[in-house]
Amino acid sequence: MVQAVAPAMIDDATIERSPGYWSTVWRRFRRDPVAMIALGVIVLLILIAILAPYIAPHDPFRGATLRRLRPPGTPGYLLGTDELGRDMLSRLIYGARLSLFMGVTPVFLALFIGSAIGVTAGYVGGIVNTLLMRTIDIIFAFPSVLLAIALSGAMGAGIVNGLISLTIVFIPPIARIAESVTTSVRSLDYVEAARASGAGALSIVRKHVLGNVLGPIFVYAMSLIAVSMILASGLSFLGLGVRPPEPEWGLMLNTLRTALYTQPMLCALPGIMIFITSISFNLLTDGLRSAMDIKA
Amino acid sequence: MLTYIAKRVIYTLPIMLGVAIVCFLLVHIAPGDPLVSVLPPDASEQLRQQMMALYGFDRPYAEQFLKWLGRALGGDLGTSIRTNRPVVAEVGKAVSNTLMLAALATVIGFVLGSLFGFVAGSFRDTWIDKVASAISVTGVSVPHYWLGMVLVIIFSAQLGWLPPTGAGPGGSDNWVWDWAHIRHMILPAVTMSVIPMGIIARTVRALVAEILSQEFIAGLKAKGMSAFGIFRHVVKNAAPTALAVMGIQLGYLLGGSILIETVFSWPGTGLLLNDAIFQRDLPLLQGTILVLACFFVVLNLIVDVVQTAIDPRIARS
Repeated sequence: MVQAVAPAMIDDATIERSPGYWSTVWRRFRRDPVAMIALGVIVLLILIAILAPYIAPHDPFRGATLRRLRPPGTPGYLLGTDELGRDMLSRLIYGARLSLFMGVTPVFLALFIGSAIGVTAGYVGGIVNTLLMRTIDIIFAFPSVLLAIALSGAMGAGIVNGLISLTIVFIPPIARIAESVTTSVRSLDYVEAARASGAGALSIVRKHVLGNVLGPIFVYAMSLIAVSMILASGLSFLGLGVRPPEPEWGLMLNTLRTALYTQPMLCALPGIMIFITSISFNLLTDGLRSAMDIKA
Repeated sequence: MLTYIAKRVIYTLPIMLGVAIVCFLLVHIAPGDPLVSVLPPDASEQLRQQMMALYGFDRPYAEQFLKWLGRALGGDLGTSIRTNRPVVAEVGKAVSNTLMLAALATVIGFVLGSLFGFVAGSFRDTWIDKVASAISVTGVSVPHYWLGMVLVIIFSAQLGWLPPTGAGPGGSDNWVWDWAHIRHMILPAVTMSVIPMGIIARTVRALVAEILSQEFIAGLKAKGMSAFGIFRHVVKNAAPTALAVMGIQLGYLLGGSILIETVFSWPGTGLLLNDAIFQRDLPLLQGTILVLACFFVVLNLIVDVVQTAIDPRIARS
């Protein structure tokens, strides 16, 4: 008898089950046109980066002294050519690869390391918390741009050094949020109950702490990507990040500065790409934030 | 209040020490020999040893650090390898140039940001809010070094109204308060003001919207208070946070001026850092960063104290 009834009950339960948290967020997010457009632009940029070899009309590295600094609209070179006669459109397309990589990677590394530090400090508490968080405070005591530039300046130019410095800059704010959420979750009744019923530290952290921490931190990290894009390209702009002849938007902006007076439209192009990427990430984060009902 | 200030100052001391340690270590994470820019590449091993001893690089790190810290506290940050002048003199002049630029940018950013934020927050979810919010999100998204280039293209290259680089006529870096110098400041200051403008606009918008939705506002309206009276209440409630954000932004601008100063060749700390990095002038790099970071820490302290003086509830939380 019992077995005969059970399937029907399960069916009923499935029908009446309320939609999960993330599907609710997605439903609200989908209704936000600005955020959806921003998401579309970001997906498009990622596709451009992946498909660069197939869509770029020319080799981004091959230049010719005879066709240097052609204005946008030159036949065969839709967006003109740069100071070494290389096709701008192809370089902007290929530039998406390094620029996005340099902008996004540090945030995800910092998300990983910062959450680990914050959750550990918050969960263990005591002297461990004091040690970890006071160290974080010291890094936080530097203005972010200054620290990123000081670190990569001291370590020398290069992609890896740039990534390391940016990651270090983004760890403190993420660790702070992770720590404060973890500390507040740790003393909640249901976590106490889980601990009393014999749950191990790891499973409590995994289920209860991370479940509460990841949402706000993820949104915060998304908002950092916009900053990171500007900063990473800024490092290359100063000559500290990506090195020539690699195509990267910040670096292109730097090398094209010589043509500021002769080909102004041309010089402005790489900056427009950085701007579009950064504003898309900002608008995406705003949409995500209101869909998840998180205060800024 | 006094106990709060004392506590806050004491809390700042270990941070300062940490900042000094990080600045000290910067020279040692640099690849290769710290003497690389002093010695000729074919220097003999004996000369190298002598120089190491002269600069104290042969001593243990802890001893080097304490010596360096002691001298730094006494106002001696070493000698610039590039110019052979004391680092303190180089940094001092640059700091005043950057401070001037950053202060003007903060004022512009604060005025415009508060205006946009206030309008957006008061007309929430209308088209006015959308326009004002679009301006503020543009402010935080635009790569400011690129904006600087665009402004140079428009106002210097095309229109010829304002000078593209430098802080004074003929590349002089001695500041005078006359039109010839102020003209040089306009483009970099406007460029720099875009970030604080965006951030302050966002903050003020959220603050104003939140205050307007509180019950006491409804109460005041019910009592028949005029729109101006309500405005005064909103300003009074929003001001402490907005001013605090402004203070912090000034600190970020001071530390982050390198990109803009590079675009405009503005003779401040940013340009100094740029030179120090690319000429591997490590004492100058170390000194500039230490001074800027200390500025930032002290500024944070002042902001906290002033904010608490205005609104004592903060100290209790």
